[in-house]
Amino acid sequence: MNFETIVGLEVHVELKTDTKIFSPAPAHFGAAPNMNIHPTDLAYPGTLPTMNKQAIDFGMKASMALNCDVARVMNFDRKHYFYPDNPKAYQVSQDDRPVGANGWIEIEVDGYKKKIRIERVHLEEDAGKLTHSDNGYSLVDLNRQGTPLIEIVTEADIRTPNEAYAFLEKLKAIIQYTGVSDVRMEEGSLRCDANISLRPYGQDEFGTKTELKNLNSFNFVRRGIANEVERQEKLLLSGEKIVQQTRRYDEATGQTVLMRIKGSANDYRFINDPDLPEIVIDEDWIERVRAEIPELPDARKNRYVSELDLPAYDAHVLTLTKEMSDFFDETVKAGADAKLASNWLMGGVSEYLNAEGKELKETPITPAGLASLVKLISDGTISSKIAKKVFKELAENGGDAAVIVKEKGLVQISDEGTLRKVISEILDANEQSIEDYKNGKDRAVGFLVGQVMKATKGQANPPLVNKLLLEEISKR
Amino acid sequence: MVVNKTASELQSLLHSRELSVKELTEATLQTIEEKDKTIQAFLTVTGPEALAAAEQLDNLPDDKRGSLFGMPIGIKDNIITKGIKTTCASKMLENFVPVYEGTATERVKDSGMVVVGKLNMDEFAMGSTTEHSAFQITRNPWNLDRVPGGSSGGSAAAVAAGEVLFSLGSDTGGSVRQPAAFCGVVGMKPTYGRVSRSGLVAFGSSLDQIGPITTTVEDNAMLLSAIAGADYRDASASEKPVPDFRNSLTGDIKGLKIAVPARYLGEGVDPEVREAVKKAIGVLESLGAHVDEVDLHYSRYAAPTYYVISSAEASSNLARFDGIRYGYHPADAKNLNEIYLRSRSEGFGEEVRKRVLYGTYALSAGHHEDLYERAQKVRTLIAQDFQNVFKEYDVIVGPTSATNAYKLGETIKDPLTLYANDLLTTPVNLAGIPAISVPCGFADGLPVGLQIIGNHFEEAMLYKVAHAYEQATEFHRQTPPAGKGN
Amino acid sequence: MSNFTKEDIQYYANFARIDMPDAEAEKYATRLDTLLEFSDRLKELDTTDVEPMTHPLAIVNVLREDTPEDILNRDEMLKSVEDHEDGLIKVPNILD
Repeated sequence: MNFETIVGLEVHVELKTDTKIFSPAPAHFGAAPNMNIHPTDLAYPGTLPTMNKQAIDFGMKASMALNCDVARVMNFDRKHYFYPDNPKAYQVSQDDRPVGANGWIEIEVDGYKKKIRIERVHLEEDAGKLTHSDNGYSLVDLNRQGTPLIEIVTEADIRTPNEAYAFLEKLKAIIQYTGVSDVRMEEGSLRCDANISLRPYGQDEFGTKTELKNLNSFNFVRRGIANEVERQEKLLLSGEKIVQQTRRYDEATGQTVLMRIKGSANDYRFINDPDLPEIVIDEDWIERVRAEIPELPDARKNRYVSELDLPAYDAHVLTLTKEMSDFFDETVKAGADAKLASNWLMGGVSEYLNAEGKELKETPITPAGLASLVKLISDGTISSKIAKKVFKELAENGGDAAVIVKEKGLVQISDEGTLRKVISEILDANEQSIEDYKNGKDRAVGFLVGQVMKATKGQANPPLVNKLLLEEISKR
Repeated sequence: MVVNKTASELQSLLHSRELSVKELTEATLQTIEEKDKTIQAFLTVTGPEALAAAEQLDNLPDDKRGSLFGMPIGIKDNIITKGIKTTCASKMLENFVPVYEGTATERVKDSGMVVVGKLNMDEFAMGSTTEHSAFQITRNPWNLDRVPGGSSGGSAAAVAAGEVLFSLGSDTGGSVRQPAAFCGVVGMKPTYGRVSRSGLVAFGSSLDQIGPITTTVEDNAMLLSAIAGADYRDASASEKPVPDFRNSLTGDIKGLKIAVPARYLGEGVDPEVREAVKKAIGVLESLGAHVDEVDLHYSRYAAPTYYVISSAEASSNLARFDGIRYGYHPADAKNLNEIYLRSRSEGFGEEVRKRVLYGTYALSAGHHEDLYERAQKVRTLIAQDFQNVFKEYDVIVGPTSATNAYKLGETIKDPLTLYANDLLTTPVNLAGIPAISVPCGFADGLPVGLQIIGNHFEEAMLYKVAHAYEQATEFHRQTPPAGKGN
Repeated sequence: MSNFTKEDIQYYANFARIDMPDAEAEKYATRLDTLLEFSDRLKELDTTDVEPMTHPLAIVNVLREDTPEDILNRDEMLKSVEDHEDGLIKVPNILD
């Protein structure tokens, strides 16, 4: 029997505000333990939550970017459970009136396009951080307690591990473009759980699902789903039933393993938080937030293809991060040829960044600098070989390519007179090669071109050298 | 002796510098030491802190002296005081010293008052006798065998006994008004949102309000003016401007329209209480007010509605007491679950545990809709009832409590009395409107309170009526045996 | 006849993390019964089209600016903590 894979994702994204969602403690990552705290974060008696406007704006912005309907009236609810990282013993979240609902994003994977529907986007507060040790204790750091989060819940529309990967890649790009989060999985500002089930093809009802946690990279999401699908398939084929449970992806073995359930069954006992008045969102507010959303990846991709004639592949790669895409736009605006700029960003620039383990903003390369380099290539001032040298200089010290070329005397030699003079000298010194060529050994020309390039320190215009060399040989 | 003077008399002595704040504070501390041996209103007396504050105040230039300069005040022990133990009369917080300030206390200090101590109460404000305190039994100054009422029993008893002229209480279902009535003092439960709840340890977040308890209406008006108003720390606090409530104390209530709900003087109300209140209504009529009987139909559902909502919110609000970050921590707990179970079972008293359990039940799957949501809907009906009356009337008047103060240790078993009591105070909290209790006579030698209820943010109206009544009668001048000067 | 068995009481007490030995559970069963009978009165009313009241005041959109304020000092915070290590709050990691 063949089974269809059914996956829904729950993605938590930390919002990049200066303070927490319900307290004015700083909300940045990386502070010493328990330094970013406010009496409210400790759930001290008599303290009350106050609502951060920026967090609400960010929640709305993300919802709009994910094509959701934005709530006109919303509120916050208390979700009750006891745990040491949850000081109030309730988490303030949104139950029945989330900030965004009924959204979608389009993915492109394995050659087809597909819309993945988003059920809801809701705002909530993050819990503190609990570090378990071997000596029987856990340590609680409340810096993260109260950091604003959005939880994005998809419909069960995902059918393959690759679709899940493509969804996350796209989601990350969109959120990153809006500027509401750093969306860094390694810092925990993006976290993902997957609900996975199988059903025989043709069946309407969903099978029993399992929830998969501890997915710490997009690749692990892909592998974790694949492994869980395999596990469920084996069980079903051997006539066993799937048990609804929470499983954890073990990176070392690549297997999913059953998680020990904390405490007994829960009942979250949601109540509308009486400490937090309702939020009523009018048209003006929505429009103000909408106006702050920049051009999103899909719109840029389309523009690159239709206006700049870039191949779809280039457009996709360039728009994966806003940083790269902004850089590309600026480079083109500074006068660079779009395709050449794209080649450089996807080629030389990316290779350099990968090798150095850096991000664009951490290097002295500027769009104007890259544009100057691309322009010198386009107008034949430098060869692509010289361009590599110039780029290295740009990447290390920044500056303008034209200036570097001038200062280092790297301008391409395209003057026929100058080149003929060099060629004559080379021919004089290599009569055997002329002989070889005339005897049908074409390779001899390559050797002679190499000699000319060497004599001109690589600055000679290679096609011109080739042409002039053949002319000069025929004269002898 | 300074302690037998009124607040305005003391203010003029302080103003002319015939009396220093330090002298007044010392005299107050001495009175507390003597009287509290029998009354037991204070859980903590903050002598050194109060004297230090007094000295600082004495050094203030005239133009920096607040509206209640030098006045000693006691604070109910569920209101946060930075650096001073705040216990909620619970073993859970027996040693809890807050490192942050609450807004009401901050404003009390900004107005020049001197905090002289923390007052006894029913544990976490759950109760109406102050007998549910984990630490001590407070006595009614009018009769030491009687309770002071609750939950703000310490706050009312301390004022009635003349230990302080001012105190703060909190009112979730009648906890300021009922003890004020039992002790023969003035107690105000302001409109929900009038006073910031920042610093008030939450019981029922949608019901709780801090309120002043004083011997006179004027003092009460001054204290409310000092603590009320918008607060960046409390999103539910109203931005409405706060008038100087003293300006409304004109004595003129001619043409005022008063509604008296039939149920408020019906079954379960003690005949002597009923008589005293009827006489008071007569006084108001003689001052030119117009009185009609009205029906508040849904008030009869107020008590169950109140118990469901307040317990549900309490189960949520009190979940934070888990023995980890502060509060009672069981010795030798072997694992996390044991910390939770033992801190909450050994730290909370029986009444608190009962309400938390009931609230948990009311919110759990299967009962959420039928109990909690239903109660929230009935709450809407109760609030609408009041709105209908306020379309035609300025205030609603009735008794604050169905009886006079209970005997210590006495459990009220008569369901009609219990029902009448809850019917009188809880609808006001459910509707979020203000109400004041002023002394209006005696039943069997114990004080009776007249409750005046107003529409949202109409505290000025309540003070006006209460003041006019007070000036026309002598009840507020009577002091209890235990309150007599020394 | 009680509405609650001792197991019912223990089930709800567990959500509230209140210790509930058998003898206690029976006592609380009676108490909760009284409260429940009391609240049964609410069922007399037809509340079908009534909006639930969650906030007593009709105020909306009370928001603050995104600026840090009133930061709590860690050493002050740790004073009331039973057990801590390197600025972190220490709790047993074994649940039961």
